[in-house]
Amino acid sequence: MRSNSLTSAGTVKETEVFTFMEVCGTHTVAISRWGLRKILRENIRLISGPGCPVCVTSQADIDKTILLARKKNAIITTFGDMLRVPSRLGSLEREKAQGRDIRVVYSPLDALKMAEDNPHKKIVFLGVGFETTSPLIASVILTAKRKKIKNFFVLPLFKLIFPALEFLSKAKDLNIDGFICPGHVSVITGSKPYEVISKKYKKPCVITGFEAEDIIEGIIKLVRQKKKKVSRVEIAYKRAVKSGGNTKAKELIKKVFKVNDSFWRGLGLIKKSGLVLREEFKGFSAEEEFKLREVKSSYELKGCICGEILKGKFKPSDCKLFGKVCTPQKPVGPCMVSSEGACSAYYKYE
Amino acid sequence: MSKLKDNFITLSYGSGGKLTSELIESLRKKFSNKILDELCDSAELNLKEERIAFTTDSFVVKPLFFPGGDIGKLAVCGTVNDLAMKGAVPLYLSLSLIIEEGLSFSVLERVIDSVSFWAKKAKVKIVCGDTKVVGKREADELFINTAGVGVIFSQDIRISSKAKPGDLIIINGPIAEHGLAVLSARQNLGFISKIKSDCKNLNLQVQKCLEVSKKISVLRDPTRGGLATALSEIAESSDLGIEVYEEAIPIKKEVKKMCDILGFDPLYIANEGKFICFVGKKDAYKVKKALGKEARIIGKVVSSHPKKVYLKTILGSARILLPLESEQLPRIC
Repeated sequence: MRSNSLTSAGTVKETEVFTFMEVCGTHTVAISRWGLRKILRENIRLISGPGCPVCVTSQADIDKTILLARKKNAIITTFGDMLRVPSRLGSLEREKAQGRDIRVVYSPLDALKMAEDNPHKKIVFLGVGFETTSPLIASVILTAKRKKIKNFFVLPLFKLIFPALEFLSKAKDLNIDGFICPGHVSVITGSKPYEVISKKYKKPCVITGFEAEDIIEGIIKLVRQKKKKVSRVEIAYKRAVKSGGNTKAKELIKKVFKVNDSFWRGLGLIKKSGLVLREEFKGFSAEEEFKLREVKSSYELKGCICGEILKGKFKPSDCKLFGKVCTPQKPVGPCMVSSEGACSAYYKYE
Repeated sequence: MSKLKDNFITLSYGSGGKLTSELIESLRKKFSNKILDELCDSAELNLKEERIAFTTDSFVVKPLFFPGGDIGKLAVCGTVNDLAMKGAVPLYLSLSLIIEEGLSFSVLERVIDSVSFWAKKAKVKIVCGDTKVVGKREADELFINTAGVGVIFSQDIRISSKAKPGDLIIINGPIAEHGLAVLSARQNLGFISKIKSDCKNLNLQVQKCLEVSKKISVLRDPTRGGLATALSEIAESSDLGIEVYEEAIPIKKEVKKMCDILGFDPLYIANEGKFICFVGKKDAYKVKKALGKEARIIGKVVSSHPKKVYLKTILGSARILLPLESEQLPRIC
């Protein structure tokens, strides 16, 4: 394999240590699943960042989802990852077992259809995800508006990846040498937005796919940039990513949502890093419909270091709870719940 | 029950993963006896000269009909296969139906015709049964329970849940089709999938193996929890290690692609027409041949790393394979 040429043919000197962060949950899983960390030499460190949308959803937002599930006449529809996320109020899975109507869907279109089929119920879709998910939900909201569907609501908890990358690049206590950038997100956003990271913060960025070869190619490109002491944006996933991205999808996001400050688990409040509904779409807001008050949750899960793990400061195995108190079956923190969380990937595969 | 950490049942207790084993374990303790504690797919009863295999299974699949099968076919194959996994020739099945008020007769008839068809295929007779009708929403359309009895193939075979060091592991074909077929029938996934359930009777294929080898130690059909969970359970009960080779595990291209899209690991997805056979090295090729061209040798039993399963990845690295923790949930992006 090429990885051998990378590690053994002297591309990286023993004395050099490079730390690269992947910021996509699918990469986190792929790296663990392929056992990539084990075949790379110790001086190439791969760390996981805040790439799992469930994991970065704040505790207060998780509380909101549970409060919504308890509302009369509500059917909560969600992607599966959200079901088991623990909160001080329990979890959606436990609410479901106690009779609340919570349904796993594979597409927000299913939720919209449910709204049409159940005119006397209020269907709430939990909008969690990055730039990959938000255009789809924007398009469903537009369809709902066109069809005048009045019982479909969204709780928008969407996050934008670039402000988080900037946050991580700025952080003084993190020494990240480069980013393995998410293939899926970049299909939508294109490679242009990464230029801030590569130019302003001098962090090489390589967009790559999810096969072992893609990731290895990405790492090789990052090492080469470090060796040449340059930092730019490269695409190692040309079969899917174009520099301009998907214009239509970007327009959809813009039409329905506006950028807002957002609270990230582990990273805290990041300016202009989330999406909320624009004024003209407020009719689809689950918070407005159910008059949900602002949930102030200072509650932190005791002993759980998911926050630090999301910043790449610690490995999952550095957490005292990891594998003992906290397992995918009984997760304490969100990084263990989502299949894309770093803790879950480490637990299952490493 | 007191050992379970929850105070009520969540769906995860039915996933076939760790919580399911904990639930079963807590129930088993109440009835513990030598036969039950063997923890095989069927119980072996020694009645004078005869060695009888006995098992039961319930079927609650939704929707009742899915690509490649239906609840009736599953109810026959599931129980027939559990008997076969003890090295038994299945003979008789019982059939109990719990029917929700409002179920149409045409649906019931389709299911029963399917039961009849697949029972004939497996050469088993339905010899007793029961029907109960419950009110709306007290069941979901139709639940079926079947129990089955069979006779162990021959006196000199000993199929248990304990593998032997050096055994090779053979699978009869590609994995993860049933789980995905049911999922795509259940959910409108927004893309067309050609994946069909692999649901089928395995007794005739198992008999072919037993005809060519007396050195088969374990037979297991990796249903709920998938191949990874079945391998982990066998490593655990054998107190031995297992090594499997990613490259050798047969997975159809479309299955792999669909798993990639949904964020699922095919090693944890249910099968209904696959089994793994642990057999002494000398006989392994004979057994593989008997199983036909889709069969593959996927790994071996080792004395190192007892109770642990390691997967050698295509890249040459090794990673641990754990039993399914809880139901796989489709990822967000």
